[in-house]
Amino acid sequence: MIGFDEVTKRYPGGTVAVDRLSLTAPTGRITVLVGPSGCGKTTTLRMVNRMIEPTSGSITLDGRDTSRMKEAELRRGIGYVIQHAGLFPHRTVLDNIGTVPRLLGWDRRRTEARSRELMERVGLPDTLGRRYPAQLSGGQQQRVGVARALAADPPVMLMDEPFSAVDPVVREQLQDEFLRLQDELGKTIIFVTHDIDEAIKLGDQVAVLRVGGHLAQLADPAYLLAHPVDDFVADFVGRDRGYRALSFQPTPRLPLAAERTLTLGETTTGVGGDWVLVVDEENHPVGWVEPQRVHGEVTSTMLHRGGTLARSSGPLRAALDAALSSPSRRGVIVDDSGALVGTVRAHEVLTAIERAERPELADPLHPGAPVR
Amino acid sequence: MTWFADHVGEVLGLTAQHVYLAGLPLLIGLLIALPLGWLARRYRVLYAPFTVGTGLLYTIPSLALFILMPFIFGTRILDPVNVLIAMTIYTVALLVRTVADALGAVPDHVVQAARAMGYRRVKRFFAVELPLAVPVISAGLRVAAVSNVSIVSVAAIIGVPQLGLLFTDGFQRTFYDPIIVGIVACTVLALVFDLVILLATRLLTPWQRAAGGRA
Ligand SMILES: Nc1ncnc2c1ncn2[C@@H]1O[C@H](COP(=O)(O)OP(=O)(O)OP(=O)(O)O)[C@@H](O)[C@H]1O
Ligand SMILES: [Mg+2]
Repeated sequence: MIGFDEVTKRYPGGTVAVDRLSLTAPTGRITVLVGPSGCGKTTTLRMVNRMIEPTSGSITLDGRDTSRMKEAELRRGIGYVIQHAGLFPHRTVLDNIGTVPRLLGWDRRRTEARSRELMERVGLPDTLGRRYPAQLSGGQQQRVGVARALAADPPVMLMDEPFSAVDPVVREQLQDEFLRLQDELGKTIIFVTHDIDEAIKLGDQVAVLRVGGHLAQLADPAYLLAHPVDDFVADFVGRDRGYRALSFQPTPRLPLAAERTLTLGETTTGVGGDWVLVVDEENHPVGWVEPQRVHGEVTSTMLHRGGTLARSSGPLRAALDAALSSPSRRGVIVDDSGALVGTVRAHEVLTAIERAERPELADPLHPGAPVR
Repeated sequence: MTWFADHVGEVLGLTAQHVYLAGLPLLIGLLIALPLGWLARRYRVLYAPFTVGTGLLYTIPSLALFILMPFIFGTRILDPVNVLIAMTIYTVALLVRTVADALGAVPDHVVQAARAMGYRRVKRFFAVELPLAVPVISAGLRVAAVSNVSIVSVAAIIGVPQLGLLFTDGFQRTFYDPIIVGIVACTVLALVFDLVILLATRLLTPWQRAAGGRA
């Protein structure tokens, strides 16, 4: 657990970057700091490993005051990942990853074994071990950055916009892998981003900061989207927050319609109607065809693949998106194994949304806190 | 050029002296410039006085410096140590700014990452900052090497033997052969110094070639 107690940072020159911040980052959870540029996110993060010393207030790690610990030891016990990875350009991938273990006095062989293990963990092919950072793609560099931070298995990780320098597709991939990794490792993480979508996707709790270093709101993502505490937060979480909030609402039982299907390889002759759903041998939906337009056996090249699939156990957002994206306007719902269960229309999903409960008003992180 | 054929041994001896008088100060000067350059980076107030101050040293005419050495350090007038010290001063003059700027050019996010990993200051300097500064420092060192090879020859005037002696000798006798041989030898020497530094740099910075090899 990382605790901030009334922490203030005033830089020489008078800028107050962080203003009386009190915050707890619970053990094993991801706490995301989000806010506009210059609101003090990096400053807050760097005060944890004392790369920046607070002007006043105290920061504790599992109840121990960090200002009483030795700087270098403190830092070696905290993983740190930054934008552009901050890799050492003159060291190979393996040597970069092994940095902290070497500082801790591990021998070469143990360090290399550990580095190789981590490369595998973060999805880096073995063959990259002897390369230098300049010989890697941006996404690969970020993976090395994460592996390096994890090398000595620190309980705490600080991550400063680690995925913001890569393109959106790679970013999404890195985020998914990061969540999977965190499921296995259960680190206590403070994650900085200025991207509210990333905050909502990754955070167990999200702290929205405003310029001047004030904490505007601390809440779990669903609650934040449903109940922004003021105009600033409402503005920051964005216009389509109503839609995005559906990501956190489980799909209730929907009135599913049975769908007439064709299996790949079957002929369309004698089949009428507008759009027909095509499935493979295992009853997994693969796309739609218009029977009047195609003749003969259905092959996979004929398919319209625009529609998304929603799992019946997934969030409402996926169900609505399935209906909206389907060429037939019938959203395809599958079970956890990916097999077809039925289809649903957008208005039926909307009815379900209207009936669903909003996240309740009591702030789950601050029971008893006044709700404005 | 029968003169050269007759004096090969002598020219080689002078060349060896030249290497010693120009090369050793290069190493010593680098060792002195490293901590000075580091200090100039570390404490910003020192940057201007250090770089300007050492830079001014370079403007002292070499002949004056050679002649002044015995007075300042109490050495004997004809002692080659006078030349060694003077050349070291010139090297430092050229390298302090180079070292400071080279360290300053190490990307900040890399330095911050090193801090965050738990490197203490001294170890960080040797393990991260210095290796990354090598390419820039080496460029400065190459300039200093060529400059040293050229300046050292002036020491012939105060009677310290090296290739410069060929110039004074040829001048006194209005005989061009030794002068030409001296010029060629100096040029070759400068090229060899350059090459050695270049090779050493390549050995120290395998990562630089790797980066270039990607494109
Ligand atoms: N070393 C410094 N000296 C003086 N002021 C600083 C220093 N570092 C940051 N600041 C100021 O403190 C404020 C907060 O900076 P910080 O880097 O923490 O913001 P941030 O939220 O990380 O912003 P960004 O999203 O742009 O990275 C800014 O106004 C910044 O100008
Ligand atoms: Mg920042």
